[in-house]
Amino acid sequence: MPSRVYQTEAIVIKRNKFGEADRLLTLYTPGYGKIRAIAKGAMRPGSKLGGNVELLTHSLLLLARGRNLDIVTQAQTIDNFIELKDNLDLISCGFYISELMDSFTEENAGDQALFNLLLNTLRDLSTVKGSDRILRYFEIHLLDHLGYRPQLGKCTGCSRPLPPEVNYFSPAHGGVVCRDCGYPDINARTLSVNALKVLRYWQQCDSASALKIKLNHELSRELKSALREYIKYILEKQLKSIDWLDELNADNGK
Amino acid sequence: MNPDFLPAAKPISRLIEELNKLPGIGPKSAQRLAYHLLQAPAEKSRDLANAILGIKENLRLCSSCLNITDSDPCSICTDETRDMTKICIVEEPIDIMPLERTKKYRGLYHVLHGVISPSDGIKPEDLHIRELLDRLSRIEVTEVILATNPNLEGEATSMYIQRLIAPLGIRITRLARGLPYGGDLEYADDITLSRALEGRQEM
Repeated sequence: MPSRVYQTEAIVIKRNKFGEADRLLTLYTPGYGKIRAIAKGAMRPGSKLGGNVELLTHSLLLLARGRNLDIVTQAQTIDNFIELKDNLDLISCGFYISELMDSFTEENAGDQALFNLLLNTLRDLSTVKGSDRILRYFEIHLLDHLGYRPQLGKCTGCSRPLPPEVNYFSPAHGGVVCRDCGYPDINARTLSVNALKVLRYWQQCDSASALKIKLNHELSRELKSALREYIKYILEKQLKSIDWLDELNADNGK
Repeated sequence: MNPDFLPAAKPISRLIEELNKLPGIGPKSAQRLAYHLLQAPAEKSRDLANAILGIKENLRLCSSCLNITDSDPCSICTDETRDMTKICIVEEPIDIMPLERTKKYRGLYHVLHGVISPSDGIKPEDLHIRELLDRLSRIEVTEVILATNPNLEGEATSMYIQRLIAPLGIRITRLARGLPYGGDLEYADDITLSRALEGRQEM
C-alpha cells in the first residue's frame, strides 16, 4: 500500500475558493506533473499555509492522500518571487504563464524538465529585464516539451529547404512554410528572415543566451503574434489573460 | 434533492430542498433546520421569511460608494461626523464590516465588487473603478487607502488603481501587511515576514 503522505516541491499555478476558507490549489510538481489539492483554512489570516500556497509560489509541500483530492498538511516556501509580485507588469506575465501551464498540461504526468522550465522562467521574470523575451522563450520551450515543437528547419509543406526570404508561419502545418506552400493557407502569416532566425536560435539555446538577443519593436511583435496564433490554434481557444496583458502593455506604450 | 422522494410532508420537504441550496448547508443540516423551524413559534418563522424578502426588495447599491444599502446615498456616505476626505477601497461590501468593527477608521469607502483576475477573465472594466475616478474628480479627497486582500489578485488591483490615480497627486496608502495577531513566527510565510520586517516600527 502506498504511503498516506508524500512530500513534493510544487509551484502553485491556480487556486480557487473552496468552501468557506479553503483553497483548491492546482500545483505543478516535478514528479507528478499537474495535481490538485486542498489547502484547508488557507484564506484565514494566520493560517500556517496561507502565503506558502499563494499563486506563483515555489514551495515544499507535504500532502496527505485523500479519496478524491489530496490535502496539503505542511507548506514551506522555497521561493516566492517577491520581485515579480511587487510589479504589476510582471504579475500579469505571471498570470499568463500560469494560465498557459494549466491549459497545456494534463494531471498526473510528471515532467522534471518542464518543471525546471517553469521555475527558471519565474526566476528570470523576477531578476532579469525583458519580460517579452522571457515569455517568448517560455512559449517555445513549453511547446517543445509537450510535443508541439514548431518545424522551423524546412518547409512543412514541400519539405524543401526554406529560401532566405520572407516565408510563412502556418499554425495548421505546425511550422514554417515556403511562399509557394503558404500562399493558399489563409491562416498562415508572413515570417521575416530575422524572426525565423531568432525562433531557430531560441529553440536550441539556453535561456541565458536567449535573453542576450536584442529585439526591436517590430521583430518582438512579429514573434509574439506568430507564437500566439500557434498556441491559439493548438488550444482551440484564446487565453483569458492575454487581453489584460495587452491592455497593460498599451498603457505603457509598448 | 427531489422533494418527491423525501419521506416527509410536501411543505417540509420543499423547505429542506431550499435550505439545502444554501452554502455550507448539507442535507442533514437542512433537515435539522427545517424541523427546528417547524417547532418554533409562527412569528419567528414569519420574521425570518420577512428578513429574507427584505434583502431582495429594499436593497440596492449606494450611488456614491457602491456599498449595499437601503437608502441612497448610504448611511456611511451621509454621516456628517465622518471624514469625507478619505476613501478606503475594498473588494466586496462584506469587507466594510471588519474595518468598521475596528472603530479606527472614520472615512468613507468605495466598493469595487471584485478584483482583477485575468485567468477568470475579470478585467478592470468589470469593476467599479470608473465610478471611483468620477468620485475623485468631483469631491476633494486627501487620502485614498487601498484595502484589497493581501493576495496576488488584490495586490495587482491595488497597483493598477495606484497607477491610475497617481497623476491626481492624492496621497495613496495601503494597509500594512504583516503578522497576524495571535499568530506564530514559526508558521509565518516568507512574504509576510519580509513585509513585516520592512514595515517594522519604532517602539
